Amino acid sequence: MKHSFIDKYSDLDSLIHRLDPRTKFIASLVFIISVVLTPTSNWRAFALHLCLVTSLLIIAKLPPFYVLKRSLVIFPFVLLVAVFIPFLKPGEIAGSYNIWLWQVSVTYAGLLILANVAVKAWLCIFSLILLSATTKLVDLLKGLKQLGIPKVIILILSFMYRYIFVLVDEAMRMRQARDSRSFGGGRLRQLKTLGNMIGTLFIRSYERGESIYAAMLCRGFGDEIRSLRQLGFKRIDASFGVAFGLVIISSAIIFW
Amino acid sequence: MDKIVDIENLSFFYPDGHQGLKDINLVVYSAENLAVIGPNGAGKSTLLLHLNGILRGNNTIKVFGLPVEEENLKETRRKVGLVFQDPDDQLFSPTVFDDVAFGPINMGYSELQVKQRVAQALKLVGMDGYEQRSPHHLSVGEKKRIAIATVLSLNPELLVLDEPSSNLDPRSKWSLIEVVKRLPMNKIIAAHDLELIRALCQRTIILDGGIIVADGSTTNILNDVTLLRAHGLAPEEKLLKLQADI
Repeated sequence: MKHSFIDKYSDLDSLIHRLDPRTKFIASLVFIISVVLTPTSNWRAFALHLCLVTSLLIIAKLPPFYVLKRSLVIFPFVLLVAVFIPFLKPGEIAGSYNIWLWQVSVTYAGLLILANVAVKAWLCIFSLILLSATTKLVDLLKGLKQLGIPKVIILILSFMYRYIFVLVDEAMRMRQARDSRSFGGGRLRQLKTLGNMIGTLFIRSYERGESIYAAMLCRGFGDEIRSLRQLGFKRIDASFGVAFGLVIISSAIIFW
Repeated sequence: MDKIVDIENLSFFYPDGHQGLKDINLVVYSAENLAVIGPNGAGKSTLLLHLNGILRGNNTIKVFGLPVEEENLKETRRKVGLVFQDPDDQLFSPTVFDDVAFGPINMGYSELQVKQRVAQALKLVGMDGYEQRSPHHLSVGEKKRIAIATVLSLNPELLVLDEPSSNLDPRSKWSLIEVVKRLPMNKIIAAHDLELIRALCQRTIILDGGIIVADGSTTNILNDVTLLRAHGLAPEEKLLKLQADI
């Protein structure tokens, strides 16, 4: 079955695509830290951040609709965490409501923080979309390895990338098999079936893991994880790094 | 004739105490390709996994004169290229290149050598140009060929294939047979697919319940319908009539 990959647009070609994965990874990290550390009310700094990330997204030739759609994915999580802040933060009351027995009030300070959290999350997710959509996961992992991330973690991530779709296929086949045999039944019964399916999926993955390990042993896998190909920084990485750093630092200095 | 595999009195018990192989005695010579046939659960895969020491029973097996023991494992695993039945187990890397290069990298070859070996192995199975593809997006036939390339990159002297034609349509199956037939090294093939065995192997053994119950030339064994029936490899007479009823 075909699945759209995490790094769907990574085989386009643009200035951003040609950068070394490490440059992009570090730049994203710096961007995120800079966004997170910007004071709450500093809207001009956020505007600059937005301009920066949008122009990079445009340079990378990513379809705007795709970027917007992907960026919405995190909002449920952000809202789940932040939605209560306006009710809990003390300050000037913006509105007061009676819900059944409770009286709740929303404060301006709270609303400001909510908006702030949402904007920060959105900016961060933009930069992550930029990173993940312009870098092949394989290259990103290679970059991370060279940046000193432990090999075991890299190996786990690369196995995840390889097998997540095999698992999805397996789960889909199981669902089809269930649906073609299930004739109604209560909620509880359905839940029980779901539990069994998850259990089966777990055991299958476990057994697959064992076969994969045997297949690795067959080809001389020892205690050590070896690899080939080192990445190399290019001139373009240096220029991008300097330009990006300047924008971030100036945003901090000018708007602090 | 050189003995390439020499197994004496091999027995194997699974961790749950169930006996997988009973007193296997088998010598394979360099002039022959061997087919291992038998019903499901006969112990075919278990036997194959002993050939490069992934499983180890009570007794030592010799491959190319080398005992399959701890200190020789690296050497025997290079010489014996084992291809698993499910290519999704065999192909675990994000790209085809990484998978085919996995063995040579573990053997400590230089970058240039690794690249040459990968290119050569992919060419042997007719899959050159697939280096940067992701294994997940290949067809089963393509995956099977790449799986074979992953062991060819180690220049094995014995190629061991477990059910190479399972899940393949006839066209992919025959093109795989063609690819395997062209490969110069010795082969041991476990399968149910008698067409494939006729095309590739001179000698056949039947394994049933962990015991070798027949051993002989492929033509003799595959023409002995009574023998095949006794071990569930050919349909009973009354079942053959089902075909005529249609």
